[in-house]
Amino acid sequence: MSTFLTRAYFFLIGLFLAMPIIVVAGVSVNEKQSLTFPPQGFSISWYGQIFMDEEWRDALIASLTLAILSAALAVLIALPLAWFLWRRIAPWANIFQLLGVAPFTLPPVITALGLLTFWATTGFYGQPWTAVISHAIFFVTLPLVTLSLGFTSIDRSLVEAAATMGADDGKVFRTVVLPLIRPYLVSGYAFAFVLSLNEYIVAYMTVGFTVQTLPIKIFNALRYGYTPTMASVTILFVLIAATVFGLVARFGDLPKLLGAMPANDK
Amino acid sequence: MRREPPQRLADYGPLAFPAVMLVVFFVIPFGTMIAVSFFKRQQGGFYTPDFVFDNYARFISLFFGKVLGFSLMLAITVAICCVVLGIPFTYLLTRMGRKAQVLWLVALLSVLSLSEVIIGFAWSTLFSRTAGITNLLVILGLMQEAMPLSPSFGAVLTGMVYQALPYTILILYPALVRLDPTLTEAARTLGASPVKAFFTVVVPALRNTVIATLIMVFIFALGSYLLPQILGRPQHWTLSVLITDQAVYQSNMPFAAAMAVFLVLVTLGMVGLTVLVGRKGEAA
Repeated sequence: MSTFLTRAYFFLIGLFLAMPIIVVAGVSVNEKQSLTFPPQGFSISWYGQIFMDEEWRDALIASLTLAILSAALAVLIALPLAWFLWRRIAPWANIFQLLGVAPFTLPPVITALGLLTFWATTGFYGQPWTAVISHAIFFVTLPLVTLSLGFTSIDRSLVEAAATMGADDGKVFRTVVLPLIRPYLVSGYAFAFVLSLNEYIVAYMTVGFTVQTLPIKIFNALRYGYTPTMASVTILFVLIAATVFGLVARFGDLPKLLGAMPANDK
Repeated sequence: MRREPPQRLADYGPLAFPAVMLVVFFVIPFGTMIAVSFFKRQQGGFYTPDFVFDNYARFISLFFGKVLGFSLMLAITVAICCVVLGIPFTYLLTRMGRKAQVLWLVALLSVLSLSEVIIGFAWSTLFSRTAGITNLLVILGLMQEAMPLSPSFGAVLTGMVYQALPYTILILYPALVRLDPTLTEAARTLGASPVKAFFTVVVPALRNTVIATLIMVFIFALGSYLLPQILGRPQHWTLSVLITDQAVYQSNMPFAAAMAVFLVLVTLGMVGLTVLVGRKGEAA
């Protein structure tokens, strides 16, 4: 395709993806509490509101806590599983791989409803920690996929050399395997973290009535009309996501993480 | 250290924690949900253990048929729009330099990770009367006065395509990166124009990928639960919205669970179809 047409096409897709964000960025700096674009006046006070207003600040803290903990738990579940599947020949254990991928593949409302009935039946409904477990299960797919990819990229002769020189499983893991898969570990955590931060339905169905995460807070605020803080929080989230994925790309191999193998690696 | 079958019981040790977590917090909740779908509903939001098909019997109604039909139609439309927009884009993306590719991938991931709440809010702003795109058209002299564009079917569709397009591109990306570039080169040498080479060589070579992607995006779109609420009217509500509504606002857990089980069956049927298509592709 000619360069001009290609450029035009990329520009249009880019515009489509960026347009809502540009408009929200515009309304977030309105001076008055009104939904107008182009913005009238300029003020960044709505960004201050995220940290000054008690409700928004609490929601931000709740979201960050949830994302930090649940992503960590997701990695803790995924790491031993991915290691086992790489180290051992146990075809039946693949069922756990399937279970790890299922919550992410099914429509999210299903996982959310399953967890809601479960927490309600066991009597823990509404406890903040149930959201951590729920998110960890919901997002375990991400570290599981990146770690499985990481393990397949390990040169087995390195591991064999270590074993021949007398290192046991634990020592091989600490000294050879862990350093090699660290980029995949970090990116798996990063993916789970960002998605947990943005997740609505699972959080809403498990702890929606006791804890307000930011997405829940935005949705509740949206039903009562417009406040400019929604716009500034949106832009904050876009920045967080772009920064995290930018860092993953800076320190890791993003095309490879997303499944692209080098062209000569067929 | 080669891969070997576990020899001692201790070799299974690392599996214990993941297995327990996945069984207790995914398999059991899933089972609980299936069980609840057969329970009897009591007044006031409670339900008692039972084995009745009442909740499933409620499916046989005009209202439910309409919602199901609309959900499937919407998801199929979204899937087709995304694949049609996504294939040329992804194809061209894989032909770009590495730096540009990484930049686009970061942007796509950032949009993909955005909460449905945020996407809904952003598009409702863009479709609003006071801050929306119609203002731009007024400035350009293409319209008389600004008007709201949502709630409407077009708004729901646009929002959902926005949400699903990055997902589509990221599914297509690995398949297109691995596509043999000599295929198109051969077509070009034989005199085909770039556009013709794309449609006669690239698209047929990707037939199975395209079908699998359509199905995956279809499932993804089926899961959208907030955009139809924020950008649409009640007649634009999908099965996912209805499930949430029954579970949370109507406190009818058994009926919500029955609908969720039904949605799982539809999804699993679709996944089965994907696997079948994949098998056929390998055999061919």
